[in-house]
Amino acid sequence: MDQFITVVGALNEGFWQTLKLFFFTLIGALPLGLVIAFGSMSKLAPLRWLCRALVWVFRGTPLMLQLLIIFFVPGYLLPGGTPWTGENGRFMASVVAFIINYACYFSEIYRGGIQGVPVGQQEAGQVLGMSKSQIFFKVTLLQMVKRIIPPMSNEIITLVKDTSIARIIALEELIFAGYSFLKGSHGYAGLLWPLFFTGVYYLLFNGILTLFFGWLEKKLSYFRV
Amino acid sequence: MAILEIKDMRKSFGKVAVLRGVDFTLEKGEVLVIIGSSGSGKTTLLRCLNFLESPDCGTFLFNGEELYAADKEYSDAEIREKRLHFGLVFQQFNLFPQYTVLKNITLAPDLREPNDKERHLETAKALLEKIGLSDRADAYPCQLSGGQQQRVAIARALAMEPDILCFDEPTSALDPELTGEVLKVIRSLKSSDSTMIVVTHEMAFARDVADKVIFMADGVIEECGTPEEVFGNPKSARLKAFLAKTE
Repeated sequence: MDQFITVVGALNEGFWQTLKLFFFTLIGALPLGLVIAFGSMSKLAPLRWLCRALVWVFRGTPLMLQLLIIFFVPGYLLPGGTPWTGENGRFMASVVAFIINYACYFSEIYRGGIQGVPVGQQEAGQVLGMSKSQIFFKVTLLQMVKRIIPPMSNEIITLVKDTSIARIIALEELIFAGYSFLKGSHGYAGLLWPLFFTGVYYLLFNGILTLFFGWLEKKLSYFRV
Repeated sequence: MAILEIKDMRKSFGKVAVLRGVDFTLEKGEVLVIIGSSGSGKTTLLRCLNFLESPDCGTFLFNGEELYAADKEYSDAEIREKRLHFGLVFQQFNLFPQYTVLKNITLAPDLREPNDKERHLETAKALLEKIGLSDRADAYPCQLSGGQQQRVAIARALAMEPDILCFDEPTSALDPELTGEVLKVIRSLKSSDSTMIVVTHEMAFARDVADKVIFMADGVIEECGTPEEVFGNPKSARLKAFLAKTE
């Protein structure tokens, strides 16, 4: 019983890191993705190519590699040494890597959602004298949100599990915490079950997210697009 | 003086010349009906008038003053002002699906004059009364029939109080039994101070509602006149052939 309490306490701490990384990533990547989506649809060719190149690079290479580069490379390049020091530094580096990576995936989902709204909706707004931003916020946005809920819920659930990749730079997230009991920690070593037990955390949290997306979908079912 | 005068409007998409020099005038209170086969440029003409396409060449005079000239540059804000003279009812209605009937009508006026929301609400209710849909004010577009949606789209366009209201084949996307209710609403709008341009394939309606009829073919106005002249005494071979096909 003592063992169980010790393990759960450590896993809870790991899960807290996981949750923090998850929410900070969403807070940054949801709006940044929209900016990149607009950039990749821009009439300005250089901006469009820049955004598309960014998406290509961040979708085309492993997140684990991006994390390693973002964590280690500034230490070699910056005169003052790495800005990522201590546990907080690992966390910040992880947040930066995750935000950029996920913003790139989100941007493509947004782009699909925006381009999926019939052009007649935009034209109806135009002939009624609405400005471009009014048309986006009052006409397009909600229709886009409704269209992208299924792919976004997929991506967001993937993000929950991808947070475990931050273990590669020793961020003490959930899997890290579970694995520590195998290597030796809190006076225990060779324990395999805490690692397996982390699955329960992921499963429960993703269950909650699934319920949330189901609720959201139902909430927007009053209109058809 | 004519409320609208169009001079030498031309528009090409790539190598395809869709409008090849269109000229006409419209008096206040007149209903102009534009007929012609598909691809003759009718819809493009309406879209140019509503600034959804920019013509390659041509000028618009509004009450004798230049409103638009194709060789000048205008900012987005200027275009927004200019297009308020015109309203457009689309073939596919294009109601905003996430808003109720009432909100569809008040949205644009509210955005334009945020301090006048109560007046807009009153106007919207009066318009719904006029189109016979007062009881559907809180319905969403997906709960309405096509004919009802198109009537709401007409009310939405009217709420902006355009000087000239344009209809782009307003009944083409409707089942035949629903066209009557929409045509009835359009007919009811005809009055001394409402100026309308209607692109339609409904010849009986055109003959009945029009003050002036334009027959377009291959991007030019082939024939123009009163309904009696155009339908009763067509001169060009193409108009004769067109009318024979639509009889």
